[in-house]
Amino acid sequence: MSFKIASSPHQHIQKTTAQLMKLVALAAVPGIAVQAYFFGYGVLIQLLLAIITALLCEAAVLALRGKKVKAKLLDHSALVTALLLAVAIPSYAPWWLVVIGTAFAIIVVKQLYGGLGNNLFNPAMAAYVLLLVSFPLPMTSWLPAAPLQQQSLSPADAVCTIFTNFSCSGYSISQLRQDADGISMATPLDTLKTDLSQGYTTEESMKKPVFGWLSGEGWFWVNLAYLLGGLFLLQQKVIQWRIPVAVLGSLFGFSLIAWLLSPDTNASPLFQLFSGATMLAAFFIATDPVSASTTEKGRLIFGALIGGLAFVIRSYGGYPDAFAFAVMLANMTVPLIDYYTQPRTYGHKSKGAR
Amino acid sequence: MPTLFQQIQAGKVWDFHGGIHPPSRKERTNQKPVALLDIPDRLYIPLRQHIGVAGKVLVKVGDRVLKGQALTQAENAMAVPVHAPTSGMVLAIDLHTSTHPSSLAEPTLVLAPDGMDEWRPRKPLDPEQVDVYTLLERIQESGISGMGGAGFPTHIKVNVKQPVDYLIINAVECEPYITADDMLMQERASDIIAGIEILVKLLSPKAVLIGIEDDKPIAAASLKAAIGQKDNYFVREVPTKYPSGGEKQLIQLLTNKEVPAGRRPLDIGIVMQNVGTAFAIAQAVLDDIPLIHRVVTVAGETLAQQQNVLALIGTPISDLLNACGFQAEPQQRIIIGGPMMGFAIADWSVPVVKTTNCVLAPTENELGAASDEMDCIRCGACADACPASLLPQQLLWYSKAKDQDKLAEYNLSDCIECGACAYVCPSEIPLVHYYRVAKADIRETQREALKAEQAKARFDARTERLEREKQERLERNQQLAAQRVAQQQASGQATQSAAAVQQALERTQQQSGQSLDKEQIIAERERKKAEALAYQQQKQQAQIATPAEDQAPGTAEDPRKAAIAAALARAKAKKQAEAQPEAVEQTAPAEIAPDMDAKKAAVAAAIARAKAKKQAEAQPEAVEQPTPADTAVPEVDAKKAAVAAAIARAKAKKLAEAQPEAVEQSVPAEIAPPEVDAKKAAVAAAIARAKAKKLAEQAEAPLQTEAKATTERALPPERQEPATTPEQDAKKAAIAAAIARAKAKKQQNSEPL
Amino acid sequence: MSIITALWALGILALIFGAALGYAAIRFKVDADPLVEQIDEILPQTQCGQCGYPGCRPYAEAIANGDDINKCPPGGDTTIKKLADLMGVEAKPLDAAQTPAVKRVAYIREDECIGCTKCIQACPVDAIVGASKQMHTVIVDECTGCDLCVEPCPVDCIDMVPLASSIERWKWDLNAIPVKVLES
Repeated sequence: MSFKIASSPHQHIQKTTAQLMKLVALAAVPGIAVQAYFFGYGVLIQLLLAIITALLCEAAVLALRGKKVKAKLLDHSALVTALLLAVAIPSYAPWWLVVIGTAFAIIVVKQLYGGLGNNLFNPAMAAYVLLLVSFPLPMTSWLPAAPLQQQSLSPADAVCTIFTNFSCSGYSISQLRQDADGISMATPLDTLKTDLSQGYTTEESMKKPVFGWLSGEGWFWVNLAYLLGGLFLLQQKVIQWRIPVAVLGSLFGFSLIAWLLSPDTNASPLFQLFSGATMLAAFFIATDPVSASTTEKGRLIFGALIGGLAFVIRSYGGYPDAFAFAVMLANMTVPLIDYYTQPRTYGHKSKGAR
Repeated sequence: MPTLFQQIQAGKVWDFHGGIHPPSRKERTNQKPVALLDIPDRLYIPLRQHIGVAGKVLVKVGDRVLKGQALTQAENAMAVPVHAPTSGMVLAIDLHTSTHPSSLAEPTLVLAPDGMDEWRPRKPLDPEQVDVYTLLERIQESGISGMGGAGFPTHIKVNVKQPVDYLIINAVECEPYITADDMLMQERASDIIAGIEILVKLLSPKAVLIGIEDDKPIAAASLKAAIGQKDNYFVREVPTKYPSGGEKQLIQLLTNKEVPAGRRPLDIGIVMQNVGTAFAIAQAVLDDIPLIHRVVTVAGETLAQQQNVLALIGTPISDLLNACGFQAEPQQRIIIGGPMMGFAIADWSVPVVKTTNCVLAPTENELGAASDEMDCIRCGACADACPASLLPQQLLWYSKAKDQDKLAEYNLSDCIECGACAYVCPSEIPLVHYYRVAKADIRETQREALKAEQAKARFDARTERLEREKQERLERNQQLAAQRVAQQQASGQATQSAAAVQQALERTQQQSGQSLDKEQIIAERERKKAEALAYQQQKQQAQIATPAEDQAPGTAEDPRKAAIAAALARAKAKKQAEAQPEAVEQTAPAEIAPDMDAKKAAVAAAIARAKAKKQAEAQPEAVEQPTPADTAVPEVDAKKAAVAAAIARAKAKKLAEAQPEAVEQSVPAEIAPPEVDAKKAAVAAAIARAKAKKLAEQAEAPLQTEAKATTERALPPERQEPATTPEQDAKKAAIAAAIARAKAKKQQNSEPL
Repeated sequence: MSIITALWALGILALIFGAALGYAAIRFKVDADPLVEQIDEILPQTQCGQCGYPGCRPYAEAIANGDDINKCPPGGDTTIKKLADLMGVEAKPLDAAQTPAVKRVAYIREDECIGCTKCIQACPVDAIVGASKQMHTVIVDECTGCDLCVEPCPVDCIDMVPLASSIERWKWDLNAIPVKVLES
């Protein structure tokens, strides 16, 4: 008989990284389901592609780096990265898009920086930005929500479209996006941006069918589903309230000011909150622990920065949605934020950096 | 705005940052009465069980001691004694594995109880009747040190000069499992309050705050009942949260004050004591029972009986566990203390000490061991849990990088090692362990820095001293030289010697200006190497020669002489290879000097030979020739002669490196200087040699003749009247030698090779 | 003509800037050369001379004058790293002799000591006490473990012993705790 030596504490909360990641994936399920309902089964195929690519890349790089492949794969962080990227790109985008994006996210953004915990940027968002600037057309080719689609698309159509660029019945993506008049339909954010630049007022633009109720046909429900997932994560204490609240709060605040000043050229705050990737970003992307700020105050600043940047880019930038850029820009500031928002240690007078 | 005191009176309790809520599992043991154990077969009483130093041991192995008898005595303020927990026999005072995470062995007294449990006479005190100093003395003599965990001597903590606002009694016991204090409060509340009253007498605080977690309603009720109507005693129930029992956290909870970093609670007018300590004080003062037992929680699912026991200090953990029905698992962990801050032990013979409040023997299911450390995902859960508002992941980063500056910047020293960060870490990183290692490294670095500073100071002081001494010697030397010249001229007898001195001085002056020729030095070294090779070939001869040496110490009577002789033997053996057979053979007889000075002669001879040893490396004949002189000196003067010879040879050794014959001839001159003239001759010779040595390094041949000439001139008087050296002559010879050395050294310094 | 103007203009500019630089050099002059002090601070002050210089300060001066930074065995890698930071050069592995892994101090086997005082003279920090023909002993707290006393001892009675581990100096090396196998 011999006794085992271990360092204290001898007790651990039974909540490991892998479990946290699984909870994040679980919380995303309602959002994905709603997305699949409104924007086609393509999203599921994208998800599958992304996950396979992510796991393969992760395993390959870990093996090359001489790490314990199995143990590290089982932390499920690659899974979450794949998931976030897959739901962010259009459902019927060609297969190579998501493969390139995921491979870039895992190999370059995550592993080349030292693996989980060492990456400066959120891998999914960095990959999204790469794809967006490299392949702007497929990356913005969102189909209109299901009720507006002229052709109903089966799962088989989704497979065909993703792998051949044409649906089983031979329609191309751009054809699928057309409405009854043969005019290509864009996302609500895109439409609004285009219309505003052409001199329409917000109110006039909002009359278009893509907007549906409040913030866009389908998009509202997708956002609502991610909000639910986010609340679940909060309840499970997987994420803390500070970042999502700061993101949403600052986006709301900025858009409210802008909307009050000039309602004709600015979307309403509620539209901003429930359109595009707002909820996904606030609860799932900005809260990625690795690339977010780690201090309490820092998290508020970090979240507010994302919200503010998102609003600015949405309103004045060249891209319809902005969270990927906002998150990446905020990621860059994290070391600085962390440094200057160090909490006051017990028994010390001054706080932060000395 | 109510004042702080008003707020406290009103029952306000504050909060501290972070904290965690691990499963407490206290219900297993907090409803059973404290059990008494049989006296164990052996008690292992570590001599030091507190922070500070051990006392002086008062008993011997084999003594019978009575229960409560002091085994050690405090010799300074930081010491507290230990006492015999029961009567019995002192079996041993030896090293035994300590009840410490390191498992290092510490001096421990082993007691074999005789089962009589016989008390020494006891003298209870009435705290109302005695003064503060008597109380403090009693507290120290009773071996009381903080029983909450750190083990700081209580008499120091309660001996305060500053005014104390609040005496906080820590009854929080926030670690899971542990109910030792809880049970003590439930069973002995009135004793605890009596102890607190003694503390109040010592500290005279404005108020007594008793902090207790709200999961101990019975204990809190017992305390309140025991307090009765006393003024300014407040029992404050704090929410159950780990680590609210930490000193700093409890202060924050009860008074909303923070202890400034690097200061003590006393600096903000607060003294904190554990309930266990208060109880021990009551027992020590009122019943004269020193700290010889304590309540220990024994818990864990491998035990049939999880309970609190009153264990004698020194009881081996194995006895404790076996008494509770211990069934070990294959990978069993035994933890002293709670699951958050306790430490695992490798050897269960370690004893219960004054700070042992809990022994855990959990199953693997119950307290799963941490799985492999994963990468930090920067989730910040640790920072949220940290009661000191630190940034544990930054600290982890810098701990791994061993960046001590950054660690200081991020206030590693404020970490209380509570383990909350490691508890919540999803990657199961043993954060606290990293911090402990880093802290130990920092302490080591500080120690090293301090030592470096001291070493530097000592080095500088030494350098300065050497410099000063050199200067002094130089001055003295010049004075003496002047005197001598005057004397010599007056006497007119020793013109030859004077001439020699003159010559020597001239030579020094000549050479001091010259620089050394590198080629010559190299050639010199080559020559030495060749010689060394030659000696190695003579190894065998040398080995045969050693027996002669071994006989030498035979005449020496006292052990010291024997030791010296032995040392000599070793010295020879050490360099036997290089040493020359003849040297050994010839020097040995010196030790057989018959009369009372034999001892000293031997010492001298030893020194001489030690030098000869090295000398031999360079020059065989040098040793060969001088040694007969030793044997020839039969009487009182033998000693002095020998000393002189030794000194001479010491010089010869160095000289020899450069110039063989010079030594050969000059040494006899110094051994037996008969008269005034002889003395001067010796002086001259010494000076000459010192110089010759240097000179030789430059130019070998001319010097040889010069030195020869010098010594030859000096020799004749010596041969006329041998072995009648008066005492002062030897002394002067020694002085001369010193002067010679000083000069040689000075030269060395000014012309380093 | 225009070239002449340009030359004049440049010349005057050069003068002005030169004057400004010259003024700055005097006005903001850094007093003394604190580099040697800084290096000396980093060195472990064992005064062991293993670097080939007769003490730490001379070595510090040598480093300041461009000698290698990797000649200090008692300091080990930590010192080299700090020196590299200070001097802005690449950290090199320790020159030649390996670092003693553990801190050591000199110990004199006192019953064998003949009282020759040679070690006392050799000790750079006066950490050995004793008088001629009296037994000597090492003040452990002051010993820097430089080894300099070992060689001069004619009777080889000085050992370098590892500093005993103590609870105060323990570095939480849990793996070093011997696992005790008990009969069950």
